[in-house]
Amino acid sequence: MNRIMKHHLFWPLAMLGALLLFNLIHSPDFFSIRMQGGHLYGNLIDILNFGAPLILVAVGMTLVIATKGIDLSVGSIVAIAGAMSCMTISKGENQNSLSLVLMAIGLALGLSLVLGLWNGLLVTGAGIQPIIATLILMVAGRGIAQLITDGQIITLSSSRYEYIGTGSLATLPFSIFIVAAVFAIASLLTRKSALGLFIESVGTNPQASRLAGIRSNIVIVAVYMFCGLCAGIAGLLLSSNVSSADGNNAGLWYELDAILAVVIGGTSLNGGRFYLSGTLVGALMIQTLSTTIYSVGIAPEITLVVKAFVVLAVCLIQSESFRKAIVRRWKTRHYPGEKEATRHA
Amino acid sequence: MKSVKKWGVSLALVALMVVVSACGGNNKGSNSSSSPAESSKAPAAAAESASPSESAPAATDKKVVLGFAQVGAESGWRTANTNSIKESAGEAGFDLKFSDAQQKQENQIKAIRSYIQQKVDVIAFSPVVESGWDTVLKEAKDAGIPVILTDRSVDSKDTSYYKTFIGSDFVEEGRKAGQWVLDQYKDTQEVVNIVELQGTTGSAPANDRKAGFQEMIKSNDKLKVIASQTGDFTRAKGKEVMQAFLKAHKDIDVLYAHNDDMALGAIQAIEAAGLVPGKDIIIISVDAVKDGMTAASEGKINFIVECNPLLGPQLMQAVNDVLANKEIPQRIVTEESTFTSEQAKEALPTRKY
Repeated sequence: MNRIMKHHLFWPLAMLGALLLFNLIHSPDFFSIRMQGGHLYGNLIDILNFGAPLILVAVGMTLVIATKGIDLSVGSIVAIAGAMSCMTISKGENQNSLSLVLMAIGLALGLSLVLGLWNGLLVTGAGIQPIIATLILMVAGRGIAQLITDGQIITLSSSRYEYIGTGSLATLPFSIFIVAAVFAIASLLTRKSALGLFIESVGTNPQASRLAGIRSNIVIVAVYMFCGLCAGIAGLLLSSNVSSADGNNAGLWYELDAILAVVIGGTSLNGGRFYLSGTLVGALMIQTLSTTIYSVGIAPEITLVVKAFVVLAVCLIQSESFRKAIVRRWKTRHYPGEKEATRHA
Repeated sequence: MKSVKKWGVSLALVALMVVVSACGGNNKGSNSSSSPAESSKAPAAAAESASPSESAPAATDKKVVLGFAQVGAESGWRTANTNSIKESAGEAGFDLKFSDAQQKQENQIKAIRSYIQQKVDVIAFSPVVESGWDTVLKEAKDAGIPVILTDRSVDSKDTSYYKTFIGSDFVEEGRKAGQWVLDQYKDTQEVVNIVELQGTTGSAPANDRKAGFQEMIKSNDKLKVIASQTGDFTRAKGKEVMQAFLKAHKDIDVLYAHNDDMALGAIQAIEAAGLVPGKDIIIISVDAVKDGMTAASEGKINFIVECNPLLGPQLMQAVNDVLANKEIPQRIVTEESTFTSEQAKEALPTRKY
């Protein structure tokens, strides 16, 4: 039991389980899944489908945070990637042609890689603190997205493009497979090759890692580029899910949700250690919480308060010193009556 | 690695130079008050939207000069609003000085101040937010320039700061939507389950459209709003919330969305659930933008209440009245209509937005 509790995934999973249990008690058919038009349909499928973009962004964010960095620009990159691909498709003559859709995806992902590169160069080359360096793109990025879309919402009617966000493969949403692929690649690269170790050592001490022969700057730039790419894919998912690009609102506050997912997953903001599987659980938890709030019917005025309380509870329970303090309090509790009794015994 | 570092540094330096030089240019515009037009032009140019109409100064001596400070270009609705004002100003023969605030109050205040310095005849603007306008409005009043508000209001206690407020009555829009539901279900014996997708929590259109709708449907106790949640006026949120509604509530009869975009997102969710939007679930929405009207003409939205952005002609009329010292009402409501599916089909080809 103790070993299970020591596992880094224990608390995130326990919280996710608690949330799901609450839903089960509140409405027993929360878990019901049925076939609907050739694919599975139910709350759990929704959580996976809508959670997919957040998982992607959070996976990229995990690696950035592991290098003791942070990337605030992901929300803007989400908007830019969606805007870029929708703009390309809407300019084409036949919106449904495969080559056009592929070109749009290529352009959007290429652009997000460039934006990631920009972040990485600001951090390594110019030596700007990550939070400031990425803040630049966070603010400017929404402007860029609006410049691409001309401030309008672009609506598409391209069933090929829609497939990315709404299509299903083997009865499951296609987006789940994209996430699974990205997650598998990230896990394999970081855990089965030395890359993960490089990232951790750079996060612990970039100077020492450089002296030990690791090209710190290249590792950092690569990590930011990967994060940009993940955000770009998330942007494709989000925009194709509603067949439209909204430069103003797409991916708004995604950076905060992603950072929260990473933290819930047990990765320290101090860098040097990261848990991709924890991030996955954290992102799923955030999406489950949103879905719960919608289905329980909490008034929109107090939704954010409820979210804040749940997040606070999660963070407190995760904190080891808080848990220790509680346990110590419990063990050394004093009942006046008990004292009285022992004194006179 | 060294080369990478060098590249990075030079790149950052170039970027810095661009930023610094851009700042310099801007400062020049706003510091030297002799050229106020430049500072008001800067945000407009940045948004790549139309810059102020520049006509020869000699010609403006006789023409009425109208300074208009727009919120930004955040949606199709807003663009239609801007175009309407530009067109009707041209028709009325006014010299329009237009600026785009990019959703920032400080830009708008800057633009209004520059209009005061240019001594335009009338200032009109759509306030980005409700509060914080007293100072600049007092400056305009002291300079003797009448101010007209469009589309959105301000919360100034002193109503003498502006002549009139031209805009939609959001409560009335909610009432129209409620009235239609009331008429549709006036003979119903069963309970009608309504779900509501609200706009951004706390925003005036969301509060008012909700209140107006409630006011109408409460006269029939068979009409029940069983779930109401914010969809932030966006498609993505509208879809996500509707998905959850469909699972939590088995028997939804009517959807009332506070704007077209949320309704469009919800339609996708309803279709994914294997239901037919417009038939299995009756859909009512507000705005009547192009995409919404298209959906209505396809029968996916049953009823749309218009929120009319084409208030240019009414604004120009008000400007003329103000300059002629005629009495005008403190509140002018824009002319708005409603569309059923059939009407939407007819109206669609001639819609401007």
